[in-house]
Amino acid sequence: MAERRLLFSLQLGFTLVVCAFLIVPVILSMLAGLTANYLSGVQSGLTLRWVGEVWSGYRETIFLSIGISLCCLAGTLVLGVPAAYVLAKRQSALSRAIEELLVMPVAVPGLATALALIVTYGAAGAFRTSWSFILVGHVLFTLPFMVRSVLAVLSAIDLKTLEEGAASLGAGFAQRFFHIVLPNCRSGILAGSLMVVTLSMGEFNMTWLLHTPLTKTLPVGLADAYASLRLEIGSAYTLVFFLMIVPLLLALQALTRPRPVKFVAEEEQP
Amino acid sequence: MRRESFRLFSLLLPAGIFFLAFFLLPLTRLFFIGGSGAEGFAAYAAIVTDRNYFASLVSTLGLAMATTVATLIVSGLSGVFLQRRKFPGNGLLVAMLTLPLAFPGVVIGFMVIMLAGRQGLIGDVTQFLTGEKLVFAYSMAGLFMGYVYFSIPRTILTVMAAAEKLDPKLEEAARSLGAPTWRVVLDVIIPGLKPAFISAGAICFATAVGAFGTAFTLATRINVLPMVIYTEFTLQANMAMAAALSFVLGAVTWVVLALARTAAGSSVAAAG
Repeated sequence: MAERRLLFSLQLGFTLVVCAFLIVPVILSMLAGLTANYLSGVQSGLTLRWVGEVWSGYRETIFLSIGISLCCLAGTLVLGVPAAYVLAKRQSALSRAIEELLVMPVAVPGLATALALIVTYGAAGAFRTSWSFILVGHVLFTLPFMVRSVLAVLSAIDLKTLEEGAASLGAGFAQRFFHIVLPNCRSGILAGSLMVVTLSMGEFNMTWLLHTPLTKTLPVGLADAYASLRLEIGSAYTLVFFLMIVPLLLALQALTRPRPVKFVAEEEQP
Repeated sequence: MRRESFRLFSLLLPAGIFFLAFFLLPLTRLFFIGGSGAEGFAAYAAIVTDRNYFASLVSTLGLAMATTVATLIVSGLSGVFLQRRKFPGNGLLVAMLTLPLAFPGVVIGFMVIMLAGRQGLIGDVTQFLTGEKLVFAYSMAGLFMGYVYFSIPRTILTVMAAAEKLDPKLEEAARSLGAPTWRVVLDVIIPGLKPAFISAGAICFATAVGAFGTAFTLATRINVLPMVIYTEFTLQANMAMAAALSFVLGAVTWVVLALARTAAGSSVAAAG
């Protein structure tokens, strides 16, 4: 028993160190964004000056990122939910292959996808310089997450029986889709939506190549600030980003937390 | 039935057109641009024939390998522990460990700077202890730290989900037959978690090979493939070489993930 207790303490200690590794820099950067002079420490006083400077200098990037992530959400809903429905209805080799293809933009590095978009559409002036060019990249990258999330829920319910029941009562396709299918997969849609907005808000790999000086998103602004401004401003900017993204991540955690399962044997032993 | 098929087809059509126009077509074009430079399609061989490109390929793969091994060890230890032992505060620890799940690479880079940069915590602590300031954020070591930071939340989730499905009866049987803890870990737990390790490891590897944001934040001098591609594209304006290299990079990550998928038998996708 003493051995087990020692093992427990060692594992707990190790896990606490890992936790500190992940969380301490987050706290440090939040603190640095509110400190008058980080080099001389917190005793130099707390201030909102740096947050104010971020607001006046980088406000547009915040609005653009929110706008793009909401448009991206709309795009993935319109394209992704019907696609997931089709893939759930037809479980054949072809639908497997289509699912594989749709997930490719996540497997291929953003850098490669962005270069591909630039060599193909870079000459289309108005499109290249507008924020919709970034939006296309974001939809491409986040679509798999929406499809996967909705598909997982649709595969877990007995869609066929539900639809047949509704159809036998005379419901047309539109009625079935909007009143049977969508309400039944709303948990998947919600989880997918949170993931899409979070990822779009933070996407950098593609966006750095797709953006123009007039279409800077929040992460692009962050990279700018890290490279050229003092640590306190970079930190304050990061703080603003955390304030936007952490509530989304917490909601996602609450939604997708695996329910505690007791270790009950699947089949009782004779 | 005809009408049903037609309806399903038209529901899939918007996503299909979007995907074709903005992914398959551009990637095909990228492939041909890669072969349009001075050397033609030999550019695709440059990644192994050119000494500089080959050096950065080797260091990129080495870094990705090191990241994968370190992340699997750390997440395996903590993930199994958190899944098995329920104690007050367990949920909070899990929440903290998975919070950075969707932090973008640039922000991860900044976290590394907060820890190991010129004004970082590690520098302060080592200066206090030894009188010498340890700063390693702007090098390969900093990048390694960033990729491990990035990969831990995702991997812990995968490991925990897999550990939940392990049959505790197998462990009990091993113990009752007199196996010491290390034998149980080696012969029961690790084999049981193997599919999770393969799929999570593949994601770590693919992400570390293709990620760009963290390296960009830390330093443009770090010699990894994504930075080389970026330099070819912007500074050298060598579009053909950038296209060829990024096509190869995409192929590498895709193959790694596809291999892992066949090995682990479950769905695997990278992110970041």
